[in-house]
Amino acid sequence: MAASETAEQREFRAYCRAWLEENRPPPTAMPLPQAAYEVMTEDHRSYLVDWQNKCYEAQLIATDVSKEYGGHGHNGFQQIASTEVRRANVPYFINWIGLGMAAPTLLIHGTEAQRKTYLPPIFSGEDIWCQGFSEPGAGSDLAGLQTSAVKDGDNWIVNGSKVWTSLGHFARWMLLLARTDKSDKYNGITYFIGPMEHEGVTVQPIHKMTGESGFNEVFLEDVVVPDHMRIDAVGTGWKVAMSTLTSERGAAQGVGAVATSESPFAAIESLIQLAKTKKRNGRLIWDDPVWRDKLMKLYERTEASTQNFRRARVDALNGGAMRIPLQGKLTGSELGQELHQVALSILGQEASLYIGDDNSEENGRWALGYMNTYTGTISGGSSEIQRNILGERVLGLPKTK
Amino acid sequence: MTQPRDFGFGEEQVMLQDSARRFMEDKAPLNALRAATKGTEDPYLGDERTGHYNPDAWKEMVELGWTALAVPEEAGGVGMNLITAVAVAEEIGRAAMPTPLTMTLLATFVLREAGTTEANQWLERIAGGLSMTLALHGKEDFLETDSTQVTASDSDLSGTSWYVQDIQKVDAVLVAAKDGGDVKLYCIELGADGVSMEHDRIVDLTRDQGRLTFDGAAATKVSDAGVDVINAAMPAMLTLLSADTAGACEWLLQETAAYAKVRTQFDRPIGFFQAVKHPIVNMMITADETRSLVYAAACTIDNEPEGSELAARLAKSSACDTAEFCANRATQLHGGIGFTWEHDVQIYHKRVMHTQQLFGDGVFQRSKAAELF
Repeated sequence: MAASETAEQREFRAYCRAWLEENRPPPTAMPLPQAAYEVMTEDHRSYLVDWQNKCYEAQLIATDVSKEYGGHGHNGFQQIASTEVRRANVPYFINWIGLGMAAPTLLIHGTEAQRKTYLPPIFSGEDIWCQGFSEPGAGSDLAGLQTSAVKDGDNWIVNGSKVWTSLGHFARWMLLLARTDKSDKYNGITYFIGPMEHEGVTVQPIHKMTGESGFNEVFLEDVVVPDHMRIDAVGTGWKVAMSTLTSERGAAQGVGAVATSESPFAAIESLIQLAKTKKRNGRLIWDDPVWRDKLMKLYERTEASTQNFRRARVDALNGGAMRIPLQGKLTGSELGQELHQVALSILGQEASLYIGDDNSEENGRWALGYMNTYTGTISGGSSEIQRNILGERVLGLPKTK
Repeated sequence: MTQPRDFGFGEEQVMLQDSARRFMEDKAPLNALRAATKGTEDPYLGDERTGHYNPDAWKEMVELGWTALAVPEEAGGVGMNLITAVAVAEEIGRAAMPTPLTMTLLATFVLREAGTTEANQWLERIAGGLSMTLALHGKEDFLETDSTQVTASDSDLSGTSWYVQDIQKVDAVLVAAKDGGDVKLYCIELGADGVSMEHDRIVDLTRDQGRLTFDGAAATKVSDAGVDVINAAMPAMLTLLSADTAGACEWLLQETAAYAKVRTQFDRPIGFFQAVKHPIVNMMITADETRSLVYAAACTIDNEPEGSELAARLAKSSACDTAEFCANRATQLHGGIGFTWEHDVQIYHKRVMHTQQLFGDGVFQRSKAAELF
């Protein structure tokens, strides 16, 4: 049993900690958005790509990936690097789709040539990736997608549109699902690497309820995709996509810390501090037992999610390999949302003040953060879909679809 | 000190938990409990609930070394840590087993904190198979460590202890009593002169409870620092009780999921419908939160004692709310049959309701936890 770390692992952890402390980048002129999926400006892009590249060179990214694919060839070190990156409260990695979804997918399903070509620039941040799964008519029922790919000699000709495409405006490559057979809903989908720089690609920003952009609608018109950019066999796209989504939901081994926004633990700590400064009904909010109960319940659940993460790696205690990992996205996003709801309630009238108002608490972060929590509860399979998946795959309940 | 990443749950604990699970399946089947309580259904008839108990199973548990588990080596025990005791407590909960072992484990951790020669002598007897419960509470303010209404004079006890668990199953009791203004701790056998017992009528079929009245009963003093010792042992006690609930809630989850696969309505197994499927998933989520917090609490108590109280209060807070939610959904989703005496769900529902109130429910735990911030 790996009860505790080896001497090498301890040494590597100490190295990560020291490196992160020494190399923490100076803040940006304009504050970074709360999460990597909201990055909009060129200044932020280049700042974040530089940061990611530095971390890659310092072996914090692709730590356990073999050297022939641009990795650092260690074994059992990635988890340590990722934990330390999360703990250090440093800027996020902008290429989170590349690291969190594209790289694991290519490592499992890609050809040798694809891995050698596409992985190194994912790790360095040079090639930003986006995800082309959802369509205007295919959300929770993802397999209803209609974007088509028709074979033409050694190429595929792709037509259709994708939506909610985070980082589409910076991306060089897209994880692209397209229909190659209209007669078979699930086995008629094929998975491609989509070239975003092709002339037939139009990226149109969408503004969210927060007013921010960061995601897009992407129109694909006669986009040419060479057959060597197909991932896995024709008609296996659905299965490959499920593997990508499993990575997205936090269940994969990982090639780098994908912390797209603040951890719930930092949020609950801030909330308790906030409750100790704001007054209601003639006393500090923290001194009101009703509020304390609410805050301690959130603290308890936040601690539980941390401990779940720890338990997931203890075979004897996790109740089956996927049981806890598959809960991660659902519980994390719902907890984050509740934390923000409570924050707004603590702020009371002040919750109305938004970004740019000098009187707002931390430049409107709680109102902004609250609205942004819906990214977590809707994208990558909504909470409702997550509950179906958990019921069916973990508890063996009959399939809803 | 740092904590082991696997909570200290190593090969030894895995083997112990597996053998405990097999033992429970074999020796504590639910149908035995149902048969034993048959005829006692009507709450308006009969004068007492005796509580079902299999003394032969106790003897075997002693032979397996489970009472010696948490007793320090210098007192003739195995000297294992809390996470090991948690592994057993969780299985007792999963089986809803009527047994004095859980209370004996709680008493063990109190005696460990007492640390006196006399305490070690009683620990030695526990290792040898003596079962023990706790008599710490008075009728009112029972969540306060000094609520006892028993008084002591030269180790002679007088007065009544309330809410004593498994009173009909145990050999001995650890009593909190006031000597002057101080709470001190005493041990005494239930068969001793001057000790009498009245049984409560309680909801839970897997336990029994009652009042102990002392009338100048001669006891052994095991600690002069009663409040400190009880407070020091509280994290371990809360964690063990939470482990019991974690086990019971896992049973409720698995039972409900299994039922949803076979019960057919509207031509489909009811688990097909999201109105049923999603609450079952929510049961799993809360049950997993509790389990993780229980292991974390045990590991903290074993390795980083300064964080013990917070970790244990969080575990019990979670366990109480999980108990409430899982029992509620299990009964509801079973429909009519889940509401009957005949079905096993009621046995677990009542057990977790009972455990919820032992040493305080979720609201209480959170109010205590908040004081640490």
